[in-house]
Amino acid sequence: MEHKCDRCEKPAQVHEVRIKNGKKHEIHLCPECAAAEGYGSTGGPMAPQFAKAIPVPAQGQKRRITSCSTCGLSIAKFRHHGVLGCPSCYQAFEKHLEPLISRAQGGATHHCGHIPERQEGHMDRQLQRSKLLKKLNEAIAAEQYERAAEIRDSLQGLGGSVLGGED
Amino acid sequence: MVGPLDKDSWLGASGKDWDIVLSSRVRLARNVAGVPFVGMASDPDRNEVVGMVRRIPMFAGTEADLTWHEMENMEDRDRRMLVERHLISHQFADATFPRGVAISKDQRLSVMVNEEDHLRIQTLAPGLALREAFQRVSEVRDEFESSIEFAFSPRWGFLTACPTNVGCGIRFSVMLHLPAIRITEELGRVRQAAKDLDLAVRGYHGEGSESVGDFFQISNQITLGTSEDDLLEEFLGAVVPRLVEYERHARTVLQEKKRVMLEDFVHRAHGTLLSARLLGIDEAIKLLSRLRIGRALEVVGSPDLAVIHRLLLNVQPAHLCALSGTSMEEGEETLAARAEMVRNALS
Repeated sequence: MEHKCDRCEKPAQVHEVRIKNGKKHEIHLCPECAAAEGYGSTGGPMAPQFAKAIPVPAQGQKRRITSCSTCGLSIAKFRHHGVLGCPSCYQAFEKHLEPLISRAQGGATHHCGHIPERQEGHMDRQLQRSKLLKKLNEAIAAEQYERAAEIRDSLQGLGGSVLGGED
Repeated sequence: MVGPLDKDSWLGASGKDWDIVLSSRVRLARNVAGVPFVGMASDPDRNEVVGMVRRIPMFAGTEADLTWHEMENMEDRDRRMLVERHLISHQFADATFPRGVAISKDQRLSVMVNEEDHLRIQTLAPGLALREAFQRVSEVRDEFESSIEFAFSPRWGFLTACPTNVGCGIRFSVMLHLPAIRITEELGRVRQAAKDLDLAVRGYHGEGSESVGDFFQISNQITLGTSEDDLLEEFLGAVVPRLVEYERHARTVLQEKKRVMLEDFVHRAHGTLLSARLLGIDEAIKLLSRLRIGRALEVVGSPDLAVIHRLLLNVQPAHLCALSGTSMEEGEETLAARAEMVRNALS
C-alpha cells in the first residue's frame, strides 16, 4: 500500500513506526517534509561524523526507523544531533551503534575499565570478565580468530552473554 | 562568585616538564541511571539530578571542600571567567536550563551538573601531573558512586549522551606549549603523531577552538576496550613524552642554529608588551607565548613563568573586565586597559 505524506499528501518515502507506552504510531513523510523534520538529514554543522555514518536508505527505498521506547528518540534524530536520549537508547539502537562505536574506538567492542561499586556482588566475575574481554578485543584486532573463539568460550563459561546484556 | 586563583591553583609553573606542559586535566563523564540524558531531559529531571548531587556528603558541613554555584543566577561575566579558567565549558556557560557547578577551594576540581552528561567531574593540575589528577578524580568518583547509581552496562561501560565517550567515560588531556615546533615548521609531525595515537588536538579553549599562541590541548579519544590505568600509562609513557620530545628537539634547533632569530622575536615580543598602548586578545596571547619560550630558554631573565601564566588568564575578556571594569567587547577602551595591565605587570 502506498502511503501519502502526513503533511502535504505527496507520495511518502520515509516511514517510521513508533511504539510508545504500548501504542503504535505510524509516520509517513515525503522527502521534503522529512528533511524539514530532520529525517535523513545530512546533519547540521555540529552533527558529528560519527552519527552521520549511519546509512540513509536510497530514495524510494522503504525503511522502518526504530525509536527508543523509553525516551522516544528516533534514529534520524540521533543521526542529526549525534547524541542519544537516555541510557535505554544503547539497547534500542544497539545494532546501529555497534559498528559506529567499534570504528570510533579503534575496534574495541567491550568495556574493560572501572566497574561501579554498586555492582559489587558481581565484582570478581566482572573483573575476570573484563580481563577476558580485553584479550578478546586484542585478538579480534589482530585477526586471531581461533584465539578469539577460545576467549569467547571462556567468557560464556562465566555466564551471561558475550555481547553484553545485563548479567 | 568564585575567588581569585591563588598560587596553589593549576596556574602555577611547576610539575614535570613545566616549560612545555602548562597543565594536566582528567575528566569523567557520568549519567544517573534511569534519568534521560540532559538534552532529552525535562527541567524537573534536570532539577532532580541537581538535587541528588547537592545531597552528597561532600557538600555538607562548614568544612566542605566543594562550593555550589547555580548557573542560572550567575552574571554573564562570571560565567565567562569560569570558562577562561577551564572550570566549565562554553556549552555549559551558554545553556539556559537548570544546571550548576561545584568548585573546590583550590579551584583544581570542578563538577559540572547538566552539561552534555549529567556529571562532568574534572581535575586540573599544573605541569605534567596526570597521575595526581587521576587520583583525585577517582576519589571524587567513589564519593559520588556511593550516593548515586550511574547508568552502566557490562558491555558498554558508563553510558554517555555521545556514544564516542562510552566505556570509561574518561578524558586525559594536557595543555602543551609548542612554539618551537611551529617556528621550525614541524607541526605536521605533531598532527601525524596525534593521528597515529588516536588523539584529539584542540586549541586553548578546548572543543571547537583554534590554537592561539601555539597552545594545544591534546587528549585521548579511545575510551572503550582499555582500562583507565592503561590509558593513563599510555598517555604518560608514550603520548606526552613523544610530543614533548618533538618540542625539545625543535627548541634545541632554534638555540643552536637560529639563535639570532629566536632572540629577535622574543625581544620584539617583550618590547611590544612593555610599550604597546592598544592590545587585542589574540595579539596579547601570541606575544605572551613568545615571551614564554624566551623565558623558558633564558633568552630573557624575567618575568617568572607564573607571571606569564597569570597574564595569559588576565588578558582574556571576562578577567580583564573584572580587573579593569571595561566591557568584554574588543573596543578601544578594552584594548587600552589590556595594554596598561600588561605593562604594569611586566615593568
